[in-house]
Amino acid sequence: MHFFGSLFRSSIGRKVLMAVTGLILIGFVIGHLVGNLQVFQHPDHLNGYAQFLQQLGPWLWVARGVLLVSVVIHVWAATVLTLENNRARGPEAYRIKHTIRATLASRTMRLTGYVVLAFVVYHLAHFTWGSVSRESFKDNLELYTMQSDYKFAGIPVVKAGAEVHDVHEMVVLGFSHPLVSLFYIVAVGLLSFHLLHGLDSMFQTLGLRSGRWSGALRTIAVVFCVTYFAGNLLIPGAVLAGNLRPHTAGPAFSSR
Amino acid sequence: MVAANSTQPLSITLRVWRQADARQPGKFVEYQARELSPDMSFLEMLDVVNDQLTVKGEDPIAFAHDCREGICGTCSCTINGKPHGPGRGVATCQIYMRTFRDGDVVTVEPFRAAAFPVVKDLVTDRSAFDKIQSAGGFITVRAGSAPEANGLPVPKPDADLAMDAATCIGCGACVAACKNASAMLFVAAKVSHLGLMPQGQAERDRRVLAMVGTMDELGFGNCTNYYECSAACPKLISHDFIARMNGDYLKASFRAALKPESAGASGGV
Repeated sequence: MHFFGSLFRSSIGRKVLMAVTGLILIGFVIGHLVGNLQVFQHPDHLNGYAQFLQQLGPWLWVARGVLLVSVVIHVWAATVLTLENNRARGPEAYRIKHTIRATLASRTMRLTGYVVLAFVVYHLAHFTWGSVSRESFKDNLELYTMQSDYKFAGIPVVKAGAEVHDVHEMVVLGFSHPLVSLFYIVAVGLLSFHLLHGLDSMFQTLGLRSGRWSGALRTIAVVFCVTYFAGNLLIPGAVLAGNLRPHTAGPAFSSR
Repeated sequence: MVAANSTQPLSITLRVWRQADARQPGKFVEYQARELSPDMSFLEMLDVVNDQLTVKGEDPIAFAHDCREGICGTCSCTINGKPHGPGRGVATCQIYMRTFRDGDVVTVEPFRAAAFPVVKDLVTDRSAFDKIQSAGGFITVRAGSAPEANGLPVPKPDADLAMDAATCIGCGACVAACKNASAMLFVAAKVSHLGLMPQGQAERDRRVLAMVGTMDELGFGNCTNYYECSAACPKLISHDFIARMNGDYLKASFRAALKPESAGASGGV
């Protein structure tokens, strides 16, 4: 119990919690993006993938539970640490505020964190709960008939002919509102910026960063964040540019 | 940073934090410092200003200083928002007036941290560092005459790294520079310089747990990896030691949870 006690009570322990929950959430956003990039394939892929996730049943709730607990711990630790940091400066602030080398990403973690949290709630309301943009929510779209088997790791998990939710159509319709797409792009941009400092910090907090490879680590973080942002930009970008169209109104995406 | 007219005398306006004692509110007061030699150190400039204040019957500006050669860690002062002023890898006593330009307005504040209360003007009470040190920044062995230097071989890279950490003069600039007033660089340096040496191994776990625990109790902030501390450090101690301490702390916490205890040590229950 001492070990878990010190994780929640000590300054370094709470930072380790930030790092570990951050790692879980980074793992999730990578998987989420890779899964969603199937939107560029035949609608069978994204729709079959969505149906497969729904079929996981209790396991889906285990995964959701882990993510929810991670978000709660991440936000709790950030809040507690920030409140302590605000008190630690003492009764007087510096008159001259000077920054020697702290990066913009590191100094805006709280701000980008707030935006990302608000975005996550909106994103769930949009595509999971259907409480915004109801007309294009999957429950209100015609069911989609699978034209071929959907295979996960080589195993057919959704059979051809199965009637499934038309997630592909929901995504394309959802992103056809320019304002909604713009909000997604800005929010994911800020998330990428958040991860730029987060990824680097995670290694530092877990004691895995040293001068020997800090330059390489920084490069890895930059490449990861740029790639992650580009991958996310692709989906709303392709819808707005007209390259990704509703499959019920013609071919899934143009070949121009 | 050397101004073009570095051989000419210069005059500056000082905007100094004046505070009679810890209980009274402080404020900034402006003083003119005229005809200063560019080769004067910053502290010598304060001496000159204080002489003039004394002649006028005013209370001189209180500031902490001792060796005036950058090795004792007594001088502090945040000059134009940067602890120890505009130089890199130097303490306030190693800042020279040639760094400034004629006519500059120079703002001088004490190190700001809840754990470093202002004693008077620019002098802060940094005894919080002593409390962290006495919690574990030592090796419990007989302190007799110096042992035979080659009695306990230490690999050169380890000795060099330990020496990098041991250059910490405990001035508190890391806390003053950190946007969260965190003492992580100081504690990391003290934990690492002993943790890297064979003599420090026996108490390595206990040391890091005790020193970090005391640091937390004293009201320092938490590290958010801005790395302002190592940039402001007069000895340029690397924040790599913070990563090292984080790893040490994590391993020590884990081991402390699993470590078997002697029945005798817990009273022979």
